Amino acid sequence: MAETKVSESQTKGSYSNELAGSKTGNITQVRGKYGKYGGQYVPEVLMPALEELEKGYERYKNDSKFIAELEHYLRDFAGRKTPLYFARNLSKKYGSKIYLKREDLVHGGAHKLNNAIGQALLAKYMGKTRLIAETGAGQHGTATAMVGANLGFETIVYMGAKDVKRQQMNTYRMKLMGTEVKAISTGSKTLKDAINEAFRDWVTNIVNTHYLIGSVVGPYPYPMIVRDFQSVIGREVKEQIMGKEGRMPDSIIACAGGGSNAMGIFHPFVEDKEVKLIAVEAGGKGLKCTEKAAFHSACLCAGEEGILHGALTKVLQDKNGQILESESVSAGLDYSGVGPELAYLAESRRVTALYATDDEAVEAFHELSRLEGIIPALESSHALAYLKKAAENGELGDIVVVNLSGRGDKDLETVLSFKRGI
Amino acid sequence: MRRQKISEKFGELRERKEGGLICYVMAGDPSVEATGEIVKALENGGADIIEIGFPFSDPVADGLTIQAAGQRALAAGMSIQRYFDLIKDLDVQVPLVCMTYYNPVFRYGVDKFIERASEAGISGLIIPDIPIEETADLKKSCEKNGLDLIFLIAPTTTDERVRKILERGSGFLYLVSRLGVTGTRENVSSSTNELLSRVETEIPKAVGFGISTGRQANEVIQAGADAVIVGSAFVRIIEEGQNVNEKLEALARDLKYSILNAS
Repeated sequence: MAETKVSESQTKGSYSNELAGSKTGNITQVRGKYGKYGGQYVPEVLMPALEELEKGYERYKNDSKFIAELEHYLRDFAGRKTPLYFARNLSKKYGSKIYLKREDLVHGGAHKLNNAIGQALLAKYMGKTRLIAETGAGQHGTATAMVGANLGFETIVYMGAKDVKRQQMNTYRMKLMGTEVKAISTGSKTLKDAINEAFRDWVTNIVNTHYLIGSVVGPYPYPMIVRDFQSVIGREVKEQIMGKEGRMPDSIIACAGGGSNAMGIFHPFVEDKEVKLIAVEAGGKGLKCTEKAAFHSACLCAGEEGILHGALTKVLQDKNGQILESESVSAGLDYSGVGPELAYLAESRRVTALYATDDEAVEAFHELSRLEGIIPALESSHALAYLKKAAENGELGDIVVVNLSGRGDKDLETVLSFKRGI
Repeated sequence: MRRQKISEKFGELRERKEGGLICYVMAGDPSVEATGEIVKALENGGADIIEIGFPFSDPVADGLTIQAAGQRALAAGMSIQRYFDLIKDLDVQVPLVCMTYYNPVFRYGVDKFIERASEAGISGLIIPDIPIEETADLKKSCEKNGLDLIFLIAPTTTDERVRKILERGSGFLYLVSRLGVTGTRENVSSSTNELLSRVETEIPKAVGFGISTGRQANEVIQAGADAVIVGSAFVRIIEEGQNVNEKLEALARDLKYSILNAS
């Protein structure tokens, strides 16, 4: 079976891609629900664009030319397949066999490129000439800039002004590749404001523009499309672990902000009930809120149902339905919402949602660097932080896979100032 | 003082063969107290219907002008309870329409929100980020409480979707004059004319997004619209903060005058 065939598993099971068929009068119920989560809560002007995108995706995801081109880019441009690395020293410390899925070795330094390649190719096949994207840590913006340059798109990336400041090297990388980076100074000046601005651009330039959403968030069909393009991670893990161990892992651990690396590695295992799926959210300074802001970004653990950026999901909000600003030491997890399918899987207890605080994540960042000679992204460090807790509680299992979603070079300055308490 | 319903207002305008002026401001911008006088000034200037926004932290359908107004209102302490108290106390006769995003309504509870809105004297509701397919509960609740549910139709809306919207819409239809978000623009887009002729209905058609001058208002009415919606131009006057009420009244009067010349 073709490695990159993105269609095979998405209609399996009742949990995924439920095209709800219930009717109210003669107006069909909204599409793309995962249980009660998901949907298409967008301005009317966008509805035809979402329909066009869905049709385009359905058309090309099984097109042999599209699949061949996607495979070519994933292999020769992104550097797939990524290794499943047995972390000997870490394993010794925690008494389990710990494998790291090395998405940090993907071109650009994170898993983000898997989705960016898929969507940019789709946009090209659909005749679009302009790409827009939002970015938090700058990893998705960088991935978009890479494919934008390579495939000849005019590329614009929206980035919160606060993130531009804390991720200067990524900002410069994007500019080097010919992408225009627009710093957003409204609202909390982070990812959610960048998404607002990208939506505004899209409603204005809908005819020639594809909005390349970077996570499994937003209105349907985005949560499905991003998940499918990221599922290459989980499909490879399945094949690799069977090769190395001859059996399924006991648990798979991934960090979750919007949730794209988590859904990417989890999705091919959702039906394999013996595999425990663990999403580790950003606990920031602890699961507390003030009237205006949360001290964390843990929507699955502490959020409530609400509508943000086109989907009904778990969000951080106040009693008047205003979205709260989130907080995390890692820009890539600093978001007030989470992917609707992940919200559904967590609620139905297929996925266990936990959190790691800033301190725990930074500790895990240092630990992996020292023990394995691999500097993990602060995002991925949240997943690594779970190892310690789980080992202490005897919950780790014999064979564990951690999604090492990105490399930590971008975070050195943050970690240095964190240590100094700045 | 009794407030008119939207249907009464359009009935009256039709009788007089006159185009309508719908004005938008954000509740609580810059303060709860100021909104009372602002709304009064708009009515004095000739507003036929006034939309009063309830702020949302992440307003994707709005441009920066209205987003900033929402942030000022939230910073000044606007809440759902204060919003309904404010609306109840407004000393105006023109119909009032609540415009907000879906999350505050969803979070508060759809039925409860609409009941409170009705009690406060609101006659219509506009939620720009909910598709027609998700509005069954809203519609039921609006009907029960005598509120009009007002839908947006964009230049990109397909004929099939227009048909669905006409089945469920009431009060008036909010035709989006061009692609994009709210905010002032130079020219009324040619897509407005196309949209006005494409949407065939008895429901009054109001055109908004990007309209700020008398000349534009005149063009829109001449093209066949029943009313013109102006928001950001008023909100900008409030943002500047100089002689606000006089300027609001003067702009409303100028717009209404241009509309009357086209009717």
